Amino acid sequence: MSPQETPSPRRKGWLGAFAIHAVLLLGVAFALYPVLWVASLAFSGSATPEPRVIPWPSEPTLRHLQEVVGATADDGGETVWIFGRQLLNSLVVATATALVGVLIAIPTAYALARFNFLGKRTGMGVLLATQMFPAVASAIPLYLILEASGLLNTRTGLVLCYASTAVPFAIFQLRAAFEAIPVDLEEAAMVDGATRLGAFVRVVLPIARPAIAVTSLFAFMSAYNEFILAATLLDDSKMFTLPVMLQRFVGEYDARWEAFAAGALVVSLPVMGLFYVAQRHLVEGLASGGVKG
Amino acid sequence: MVDIRLRAVTKRFGDTVVLDGVDAAFPDRSFVVLVGKSGCGKSTLLRCIAGLEEVSEGAIEFGGRDVSRLAPRDRDVAMVFQSYALYPHMTVRRNLAFGLELRKERREVIDARVAEVAKLLEIDALLDRHPRALSGGQRQRVAMGRAIVRRPAVFMFDEPLSNLDPALRNQVRVDIRRLHDDLGATSIYVTHDQVEAMTLADVLVVLDRGVVQQIAPPIDVYRRPANRFVAGFVGSPAMNFLEGRIAQNSERAAVELGDGARIEIPPGAGFERLQRGAQVIVGIRPHDVVRGPEGSLVLPVELVETLGSHVHVHGRIGDMPFVAAFEGHQGPRKGERLQLTVGELHLFDAELGVSLG
Repeated sequence: MSPQETPSPRRKGWLGAFAIHAVLLLGVAFALYPVLWVASLAFSGSATPEPRVIPWPSEPTLRHLQEVVGATADDGGETVWIFGRQLLNSLVVATATALVGVLIAIPTAYALARFNFLGKRTGMGVLLATQMFPAVASAIPLYLILEASGLLNTRTGLVLCYASTAVPFAIFQLRAAFEAIPVDLEEAAMVDGATRLGAFVRVVLPIARPAIAVTSLFAFMSAYNEFILAATLLDDSKMFTLPVMLQRFVGEYDARWEAFAAGALVVSLPVMGLFYVAQRHLVEGLASGGVKG
Repeated sequence: MVDIRLRAVTKRFGDTVVLDGVDAAFPDRSFVVLVGKSGCGKSTLLRCIAGLEEVSEGAIEFGGRDVSRLAPRDRDVAMVFQSYALYPHMTVRRNLAFGLELRKERREVIDARVAEVAKLLEIDALLDRHPRALSGGQRQRVAMGRAIVRRPAVFMFDEPLSNLDPALRNQVRVDIRRLHDDLGATSIYVTHDQVEAMTLADVLVVLDRGVVQQIAPPIDVYRRPANRFVAGFVGSPAMNFLEGRIAQNSERAAVELGDGARIEIPPGAGFERLQRGAQVIVGIRPHDVVRGPEGSLVLPVELVETLGSHVHVHGRIGDMPFVAAFEGHQGPRKGERLQLTVGELHLFDAELGVSLG
């Protein structure tokens, strides 16, 4: 085999390039339109922004952003920065979920990928079955369990719930990633002088890094975005995560869509940043077949 | 730098017996080739010796020490995999250094050894590349380098040439044998390619269905195959087999074939104790026949293959396929009837297949 060559782009006419870019731009516009609409709402200063086709703010202002981000509250004589607290809650919960989920999933997925043992098929079936239940169905039981164990209204409780839903998905992804790594590589490492654990740590894990990055990111995002469980299991405002905060802007009698939109924008920023940083890994991971669906 | 002994090595996967009581002794510094058809257990035997598979029964000894229960890392072996198994996330340099780093060698020693091996294998220009940026031949050399750099007591090769194109294969084959002679370790090499088996081996181990058929230097395996399987497996084109019966003709023994043709058994060939009327299989190598008017075998020519230095003539004798090989580039024509005299012949028991020589 010759050294890999980068495939040279096929020569296309000016018209072909134009057509491709037109289609792509149309796709981008289609995907971004709702986002732009939210953005226009967030920057609109008018009291009742009317729906319009072109997403452009009426009476542009940063008022809503300042309100959402800068809000403070009096907490037992102490002034707290609410948004900061909620952002911290969200980041802590999402990071912990990703860590716990992936740390549990890595050894499990490796065992499922490499070894045969009693109950392997059944175990996989049960794992798959857990993926079929909507998360909402477990909200009430989880509430009761957390209440009984005194973890209601704690970030730990929320992390445990999130991790339990993140783990099966992570296991499936990582198992596929581990299966794609030839056993020869581990055996070569073992002949070279590594223990089985050493081969896993020095050879398998580095090769699976893109898949692990993707899996962590998915777990992080699912926890960061999750609303229903957070709203059910938290009612102490000190513990609120960002999605819960967002929902508070749209009450039963009073829907403050501009503030909601401003909040939504700010809340998406960390995820967008994360995606930007991780995009190289993401493409590798997705391309290596490490992701289902 | 050890001799290797296999004592009744048996390997089972569930109910399947993959290796059945393999006994063998390989002297220090010998080049051992395990050969057989795919699924014969040769790779499993190699993996057992390397420690990648645990033996179900029996023992493997390196220099008198039982290593059967040791992990691969404690056996002082190195292996070149068929897939090369280079670590894709490491540069060539780190691939070479990996084993030494695991053994906590000093940095200067590692650097010196890597440089030395890279020079020996002419891969010094590739040290900072990743495996994906190498050609197949270069990967193969790196895989060899990774084995050599550790200076192990035993080298293992699992079909290391099967992913190379034929021209490169011939060259690397010669290189491997040269390296073996220079390094002075014991080498165990698995292949299904008989050219590799014949040319590389000091000791050839022919396996079939997990059972050792013959252990001998390659030329002995070729000239005195222990049974019909070995006879048919070693040598190219494969040995011809004809069914016949021992007949006595005045003072000379002969084999009478089904169609009445007779093949004289040369005196002193070691077949004196054969019983008259015994059913036998006659083995004749394609190169061991000569054309001539007094030939007792008649081969109707069905197909002629011209190889340049040789021609292979295909046909049937009785209802058995038969191939004859002649030097030169001028073959007979299709439809001709060749008269053949048999030079060396092999006799096998018709039922058991064992050599009667």
